[in-house]
Amino acid sequence: MLSVKSLNTEYAAANGQVVKAAQDVSFEVPDGELFTLLGPSGCGKTTTLRSIAGLERPKSGAIEVSGQVVYSSEQRVFVAPNRRNFGMVFQSYAIWPHMNVFKNVAFPLEVRKARPSRKEIEQRVMRVLAAVQLAELADRDATKLSGGQQQRLALARALVMEPRLLLLDEPLSNLDAKLREAMRFELKRMQRDFGLTTVYVTHDQSEALALSHEIGVMNDGRIVQIGSPRDIYERPRNKFVADFVGSTNFIDGTVISAAAGNGRCRVATPVGELTVQCVDNLAKGSPIVVSVRPEDVELSEAELARGDDDNVCRGIVEAKVFLGDYLDFQVKVGESVLLARVHPSLRTPTGDPINVRMRAEKCVAIAEVAAPRAAA
Amino acid sequence: MAVGVTPSHAALAGAVPSRRIEWTWAPIALAVAVVAWLALVPLAFMLWQSVLSPQTATSAARFTLDNYRTAYASHDTARLFLTSLEFALGSAALAFSCGALLAWINERTDTPFKTLFFALALVPLIIPGILFTVSWIFLGSPKIGLINLALQHAFDTDTVFINVYSIPGMIWVDGLHYSPVAFLLMTAAFRSMDPALEESAMMSGATLPQIMWRITIRLASPATAAALLILFVRALESFEVPALLGLPVGIEVYTSAIYDAIHSYPSEIGLASAYGVALLIITSLCVFITTRISSLSGRYSTVTGKGFRPRVMTIGRWRYVTAVVFLIYVLLVVVLPFLVLLWSSLQRFYSVPSLAALKNLTFEPYRRVLAYPEIGTAIWNSVLLSLASATLIMIATSILCWIVVRTKLPGRWFVDHLASLPLVFPGLVLGLSIMVCYLTLPIGVYGTIWIMLIAYVTRFLPYGMRYNTASLLQVHKELEESAAMSGASLRTTFGRIVLPLLKPGLIAGWIYIVIVSIRELASSILLYSPGTEVVSVMIWELWQNGQYVELSALGVMMILVLFCFVMLAQLVGRRFGVADA
Ligand SMILES: Nc1ncnc2c1ncn2[C@@H]1O[C@H](COP(=O)(O)OP(=O)(O)O)[C@@H](O)[C@H]1O
Ligand SMILES: [Mg+2]
Repeated sequence: MLSVKSLNTEYAAANGQVVKAAQDVSFEVPDGELFTLLGPSGCGKTTTLRSIAGLERPKSGAIEVSGQVVYSSEQRVFVAPNRRNFGMVFQSYAIWPHMNVFKNVAFPLEVRKARPSRKEIEQRVMRVLAAVQLAELADRDATKLSGGQQQRLALARALVMEPRLLLLDEPLSNLDAKLREAMRFELKRMQRDFGLTTVYVTHDQSEALALSHEIGVMNDGRIVQIGSPRDIYERPRNKFVADFVGSTNFIDGTVISAAAGNGRCRVATPVGELTVQCVDNLAKGSPIVVSVRPEDVELSEAELARGDDDNVCRGIVEAKVFLGDYLDFQVKVGESVLLARVHPSLRTPTGDPINVRMRAEKCVAIAEVAAPRAAA
Repeated sequence: MAVGVTPSHAALAGAVPSRRIEWTWAPIALAVAVVAWLALVPLAFMLWQSVLSPQTATSAARFTLDNYRTAYASHDTARLFLTSLEFALGSAALAFSCGALLAWINERTDTPFKTLFFALALVPLIIPGILFTVSWIFLGSPKIGLINLALQHAFDTDTVFINVYSIPGMIWVDGLHYSPVAFLLMTAAFRSMDPALEESAMMSGATLPQIMWRITIRLASPATAAALLILFVRALESFEVPALLGLPVGIEVYTSAIYDAIHSYPSEIGLASAYGVALLIITSLCVFITTRISSLSGRYSTVTGKGFRPRVMTIGRWRYVTAVVFLIYVLLVVVLPFLVLLWSSLQRFYSVPSLAALKNLTFEPYRRVLAYPEIGTAIWNSVLLSLASATLIMIATSILCWIVVRTKLPGRWFVDHLASLPLVFPGLVLGLSIMVCYLTLPIGVYGTIWIMLIAYVTRFLPYGMRYNTASLLQVHKELEESAAMSGASLRTTFGRIVLPLLKPGLIAGWIYIVIVSIRELASSILLYSPGTEVVSVMIWELWQNGQYVELSALGVMMILVLFCFVMLAQLVGRRFGVADA
């Protein structure tokens, strides 16, 4: 199990200033699970990952892997990266151009203190190469591989050392879109088969949602929410998460009746009064934002059935965009415009009125002033 | 310039009306003619001279192969070849080891004060070779060398600890002096290497020595080979060290043999030319291999993915060791040589530092050297020549490079090759060929300052090409094309877009050529005549006359002026947004 406690890492920038690249980062990854650090470029994901690897020396904090402290500012412990036995895949893959595929993978075994026999090295390398489907290319020059093959080679090199922890820095970002989707499943399968505790870094939310057991969303060097993919997507705790993970509609509002036992409260908004899901305890009168995903804004020309907690209203179709698998509608309700993602079979012409339904459990209330975070 | 611009615009646009085709050849033909005149004609004259017997008052020169027989088939042939090889190999190896180690420390470790060290380590680049050699004679000669005296005093013996008048001594001085070149080359190599390649070895469990040996050195090996070859060629061309340290004790390499042959009586220019041909063949071969290696090594750099930030390793206590390494280096290449020159420049007669001598400090040598009648002319000539050649070269090569890189004119690659040809000319050989050429051609250039300008422009033309090509390749073609699309004429495009973007490279190249021109001795020594001396030649003459304190005074002033010039240039450069060259 990996546990990271209040990690802080700083850089001295060129102009003498200090860049606080990772601040108070804490999370835990249970054995065999995949944890993703998700956030926009420059938010400190790589820094956090490199701090775990030991390639950056943090300012303070503690890192523990299956009971062993590899870094602790209090106990003054810093285990050198080459003694940690963590596998890492770099964003640039960092494949050694002067070695062939086999040699690249054999390297971690060859530099061991207790170096296995030649035969054993060969067996282990070939086994890993087979697992990443590169066995036939073992003798090929590492420079003569395609992007996807390079990515798998980098992974093989990390796997061959049977690491305690696997660190992946945007491993799919250098691949083209089609390949990326295929590799996503590959990665998931291998991580599961090898049962590796993994920290995965990406800026791509769909990658994170597809792969992870748990996601930590980062912004400006801090983790702003930790949760399962479903949690993160359906119950964002603040505007940043709601906006960064998928697209969403924000509707400003004020609480008019505080949360009942079922976690629902009533909110006054420009769209009308809504019943919404509250995560935090919100007092009456506090300003909030309601986040509704476009696919949760249901549209119909016919009258929509209305459950207890459903919010129903009428709007005018303002514009629509055909996107293949689905249609995006812009619907004007009162003075606000809502984005709805619907099945292409809906053919209401622009300018026509339409019925809108948003289920209460899909409308998430987010406190306007960020409530004190309770990140892990 | 106008000739060069209009037709190439047509070629750029891709629509060349047939009646103008002959015009597109004009700029190329002109460029080829000029460059060929500079690079090829002297070479031809030297080849021709090498098959002639010496001309004396009584007998005219006639065709002979004697020169080649003496140069290649006498019992000295092997010795000369091997000595040259030993010296050049040793010097290249020493320069490379120092430079590569320092570059690695500077690029990859968190050694304290390394920015300062970086700047200091480059200072030898502005110290003329003759001054560096002389200062090391003061430091390491068996009789008066300060290092010997100090050590002898400390250990109370008569042992000679170091002797610069020997092959190891020559290697030491020459290698040290050119280690900054290796430092720069290897710094560039380390900078272009993705640090993740080393970091992933670290994550694989490799130790620091394992990473160095199995990753860093292997990855840097194409750059290493290229750097070694460049340094080797450079050491073969070296003139000051073999002349000052080798000749007095009878150690001859090609350059000093050439110099000797010319200065024997009667002057054996044919023999010198034959030696020159040998040297030229070796250097051409090396330069050819170097370019091959560089094009091969492109393969290594294609693997790295996105842009990367160079990262340094935290090496803990070792960084005190690396700092001390830097300190010793700076002491050896900058501080000691300069201090010893400064000391001797403050003495009436050269004497070893002592308390007694300390009382006799005087500015007399400065007064004396500034009172020489030739000094004014020499300084004026040096300044004039360096500014003129730098300016001429940068203007000419910016146009040449633009033709080569941007236009589609036929035959443009030929210009590039021709203009890079002087790279293989050792300074002394170039001086020799130009001397022979203009001695023979009666166009009134010989014995004037023009012949030296021709030599400088020829010799440093390749540097201008390199600076301009590098910066031109960085300026994306679309920048020019978008200017053209916004309706700018070609002249406006060149003036408003291309030139400003090239400016950093232009200024950096200009500064570099000014410095190497002022340092130049090997060509000048064969081409000057009374009235056209330059400062480096004056230093040479002072040495020959045994006027050591005056030499030191002149040397100290020269180093200080060059240093201020570089500082000023940096300052001005920074104001105009010039990145470090
Ligand atoms: N070596 C470094 N020196 C100075 N600043 C750095 C360095 N590495 C990263 N940073 C800064 O730290 C911040 C976080 O960077 P990084 O962790 O690479 O972000 P991410 O991987 O999320 O894109 C950025 O602002 C970046 O500019
Ligand atoms: Mg990153």
